[in-house]
Formats: sequence, C-alpha cells, structure tokens
Amino acid sequence: MTQSATAVTMGSPFVRARLPRWSLAAIAMGSIAVTQVLLTATRMQGWVGFMLVTAVLYIAAQTAVSGLVEGWRRAKDRLATSIVVACSCVAILPLVAVLGFTVIKGVVVLNGSFLTHTMRGVAEQDADGGIYQAIIGTLEQVGLASLMAVPFGLLVAIYLVEYSSGRLGRVVSFFVDVMTGLPSIVAGLFIFALWILALGRDFSGFAGSLALTIIMLPTVVRSAEEMLKIVPDSLREGSYALGVPKWITVLRIVLPTALGGIVTGVMLAVARVTGETAPLLLTVFGNPALNFNPFSGAQASLPLFVFSEAGLPNETAINRAWAAALVLILTVLILTILARVVARLASVRI
Amino acid sequence: MELSAQVPGSGGARGGASPLMTGTPAPGADRGRGRRGRGDAIFQMLALGAGVALLVIMAAIAVFLILQAIPALATDTTGFLTTLKWDPDGAPASFGIAALAFGSALTSLLALLMSVPVAVGVALATSHYAPRWLARPLAYVVDLLAAVPSVVFGLWGLIYLVPHLIPPSRSLNHYLGFIPLFASNGTYGKSIFAASIVLSVMVIPIVAAISREVFTQTPRDHIEAAWAIGATKWEVVRVAVLPYGRSGVVSGTVLGFGRAIGETIAVALVLSANYVISPHILEPGGNTIAANIANSYGEAGDVGRGALIASGLVLFVITLIVNFGARAIVAKNSKGGSS
Repeated sequence: MTQSATAVTMGSPFVRARLPRWSLAAIAMGSIAVTQVLLTATRMQGWVGFMLVTAVLYIAAQTAVSGLVEGWRRAKDRLATSIVVACSCVAILPLVAVLGFTVIKGVVVLNGSFLTHTMRGVAEQDADGGIYQAIIGTLEQVGLASLMAVPFGLLVAIYLVEYSSGRLGRVVSFFVDVMTGLPSIVAGLFIFALWILALGRDFSGFAGSLALTIIMLPTVVRSAEEMLKIVPDSLREGSYALGVPKWITVLRIVLPTALGGIVTGVMLAVARVTGETAPLLLTVFGNPALNFNPFSGAQASLPLFVFSEAGLPNETAINRAWAAALVLILTVLILTILARVVARLASVRI
Repeated sequence: MELSAQVPGSGGARGGASPLMTGTPAPGADRGRGRRGRGDAIFQMLALGAGVALLVIMAAIAVFLILQAIPALATDTTGFLTTLKWDPDGAPASFGIAALAFGSALTSLLALLMSVPVAVGVALATSHYAPRWLARPLAYVVDLLAAVPSVVFGLWGLIYLVPHLIPPSRSLNHYLGFIPLFASNGTYGKSIFAASIVLSVMVIPIVAAISREVFTQTPRDHIEAAWAIGATKWEVVRVAVLPYGRSGVVSGTVLGFGRAIGETIAVALVLSANYVISPHILEPGGNTIAANIANSYGEAGDVGRGALIASGLVLFVITLIVNFGARAIVAKNSKGGSS
C-alpha cells in the first residue's frame, strides 16, 4: 500500500497531489461534448441514452485522470463514489418517470365529470365515462377491509407483546412474517376458492375486502407490535401499581401511548391495499355500473378499472386508464406521506 | 382503601417494586377480583384467539387451495409439472406449469440481476455516502417507489417502456445476438426483458430498505478503525460495512425474489402471453405463474379455475420456501453477528 502510494506521489512525499475542483468540471464538459459527437456519428437518439453515455464517459475519464494524478487508491475511491451516486439516480429515475408520465397523461381526461360519472352504457371507443363507480367500490372495499384487519391485527399484536409466552407466540410471530411474503394473488385465490367456489357465494365487494384483510393483516400486526414494544414498562407497572387490571392497562395506557405509531402503520397498510389489483380481479370482478352494495354482486374498483381499460386497444380507454391511475397514485402517495407526518408528530410524544 | 396506601411506594421505586406488583396480586385486590379477573380472562382469550385465528387462516389457505386444485389435477391428462401448454378446458384437459415456472424464475432472476447492484448502491448512499440532509429524503423517495401500485407500473411499462425498449433491444441483438439470451427472430416488444425491467424497479425499494437497515448498524468502532489506518471512504465501506451487511443484502435479495415471483398485474400487462420455454428474452412472449392467473382467469371454465388454483398453490409453496430461507439467513446471522 505505502509503496504504490509513494510511487505515484508527486512533489512532497507526504502531501499527495489532489485533483482541483475545476478539473472535474472540465472532465464533465468534455464528456458531454464527446457524447454529442458520438451520438451524432451513430445517429442514436433519446436523452436517456445521452445521459447514460455521458455518465459512463465521465466516470471512466475521472477515474483515469485521478489514477494518474492522485494514485489508484484514490481513483478507486472516486469510482466507488461515482457509482453510488449513479445508482441513486438510476433508482430515482423510474419514480420520476412513472409519476411524470402518469400526471402528463392523466390530466388529459381528468375533470369533475370523470370523477362523478360511471361507465354504464359507455363503449370502449367513447371519450366520456368516468370512475365514480370505481371510487365508491374502492372506498367500500378498503373501508370494510380496514374494519376487519385493524381490530384483528391489533389483537394479534397485543397477544404477541402482552400475553404470548413461549412456543405459540413464536409460531404466531413466524407466520406473521410468512404472511407478509404471501403474494396478493394467492390471497385472492384463497378467497376465491373458499368464498366463491366452496361456499358458493357471488362475486362481491365484501369478498374483495376479505382478500384485502389478509394482505393488510401482517402489516398492521408488525407495525403495532413494534410500537407496543417501545412503550416503557414503567407505564404498565405504574398502572398495575394503582390496581388497574391488565386489560384496562392495555386499552387505556399502552394503546393510547402507542397510538401515533399504530395510526401510521394502519395508514401505510391502507395505502398498500388501495393499489392492490390481483386479488380483486378474482373476488370483486369489476363492473362498469355503480353498485353501492358491497355485499351483493360484482363491484368496480380503481385499480381494477385501470387494469381493464389498459387492456383495451382504444386510445380513449387508455386515456381513462391513465386518469384513473393518476387518481389512484395520488390517493396512495398522499396516504403514505400523511402516514410519515403522523409518525413524526407522534414520535415526539413517546 | 388499602390500595391508595401503596401508590406512593410503588411510584417512588418503579423498577424495584415492579416484579412484586406484577407477579402477585395486590393485597387489596381481592374485593374486585372476580370482575377484574373475568375481564382479564376475556381479553386474554380474545388476544389469544386472534393469534390462533391468524394461524388458522394460514392453514386454511393451504387446505382450500389443495381441495380446489385436486379435481382439476385429476382430469389433467398430461403431467402437471412437465407440460408446457395451458389448455385445462380442452376436450382432453392438458395443462402444466413448466413454461410458467420457467418464465417466473427467468423474469425474477433477471430483475434481481438488474436491481440488486442498484439497490446496494442506494443503500450505501443513504447509509454512508450522502450527507445527512440528503440521506433522509433520498431514502424516503426510494421508499415511495414501493408505494406506487403495481397496476400503475404495469400501465407505464405497457405504454411507455415497451415501445422505448425496442431500439435498445435491437442494438443488443445486433451486437450481442450470438448469445442465445439476446437472439431474436426480428420482433421485439412485450418481452421477458421488458417485464423484468418493470419487476426490477419494483424490487429495488425492498432490497434497498433491508440493506440500508444493516449497513447503518455497522459497529462504529469497525468504521473508525478503518479510518484510523488511513483507509479511503471506499476502503472503509469494503472492509467494514459490506462484510457486516452481507447477510442483510442476501436476505433482502431473497425477499425481493419473493416479491418479484408473486407480482401479477404489472407482468400481466407487460407480457404478451404464450406457453413456451425460450431463452430469447428480447422476443415478445413468455408468461409467469402469477400473470397467467390474471390473464386466463376471465375465460376459465370449471377445470380451468381449478388448474389456476393449482398453479397458485405452486406459487404459494415457492414463496413459503423463499420466506423460510430468508428468515433462516437473518436468524443465523443475527446470532453470529451480535457475538
């Protein structure tokens, strides 16, 4: 290590030469220029290709120059930093692309009429129609799923933190993990096999919310469990010391203390299932007309609407798919961001 | 009451008095014991019941998938595991998951190949490279990627990505066509390649989040020790952070595989379904177990539905194995890592 370091040292044996900042800017400008020339020569098009070639050229040139001037250890260091920065850009790029594209395409048809009309009697190639029935369906399905999954999940979390001892607790905890990894289509197939094939019920919003409940459950359990765990034991003991029974202690002391975190977890779970399509396809089925009753008959839902319209060959249908996707993505992102805000506000209290 | 006399004592010495308080009933608790005891018992039964119900649901998933799959499997005239084609409602029913399982494995592996290096880079950026003011928003934005519904990714993949992938696919085929993977009959589009790119975008946040978690837990003294002997930033990462975080990256990758193989709607939209085993990832075609369920479900008859449930059962078993594996890796390494 020291040998190679001294070998490339210029001037003083202790102070290594460093690349001045302007040289990096110069390398960057050079890379852009060379890319420009290359692309015109090979007639490649598109800004993605341009950025890619520029980035590769810049990283290569910077590493080479740095290796010659500063020594190869520092060159490797610069290379690693550049790659890490490039990875970050590559990871953010799809989010920007998806969001940007959805907004640009979505605003074309999105207006008040689109939100308040249904698809009843609207043909594929018609430009009108809307997602009122899908919004109602999604609200009802996700609402019902939350009504089932939140108390259920909270009770499981309370069991795991406050009551479980030994083997059964570990088994339950393990299967919560397994449930987290359950593909949503399998949850849908299960409800389809149980509710529709075995019990002979019809497609309905409620069947969909049963499937969504299975998907929400592990998320609710895990987040509530984490939050209940960090409630200090001194609070519980203080309550016991006053003679308060355990169950009232849990309901009146432990749960309210952890409430902020639990609300965050529930909101993230709601955001996740709002965008679920696959299980609804098998249980709710989709419906162009408005069906207010989630307990009887096929219903519409936002993600299902996007999926079915996206599969049609007409431009008008695709436009509707984009507009519904925009509504869906906004709902989910707002829920996710609100959940973080709640988490931040609540974390001050604990 | 006797109870009130205990309050100052227990409040004053919380830690010391607590084992006594929780372990044995307070002397004055006898009077209300029946009612309280019942309340406690009922609540405990409720909580226990919820825990057990969760286990029952998991068992029921396996049981009902098996029950509904058996009749269809009985009518299958060809081997379920080895047949390529999917024709469960044909006169002699013939269907198998060979082509589907191949497609699932290929898309998921390609997705991991593309996403894991990027995700590890992002995890390093958010845990060690980026300054504080940037690290949090960056991690946050990558997490947002996980919140985007899969149907939106599918729509984006279908309308934007597939057409834009045709020129690069053509170049790949032109320069690397001698490799079977990039061979093509001259058509490009709704291919395995496009599907795995969409999947890789969906896998990045999972691998990145889990890797970041372990990278940030790298012991402070390992890092300081590396700095102290004059290591550069990259050398610190290489000798201290990466070895420590390896198990996190591995388990994140395994969980990402589980996510990719179970993804349905995005793949169903991006792939143009067929039932062949072909390594030519740039050509249109290919199918996965999950996408096939979404695509074939609409026109499936009785046997068809059973066949789809049978394929879902296979998916269920695969994800069970994957998750068991990931947890085992984490459990093994958390024991070794802490000592």
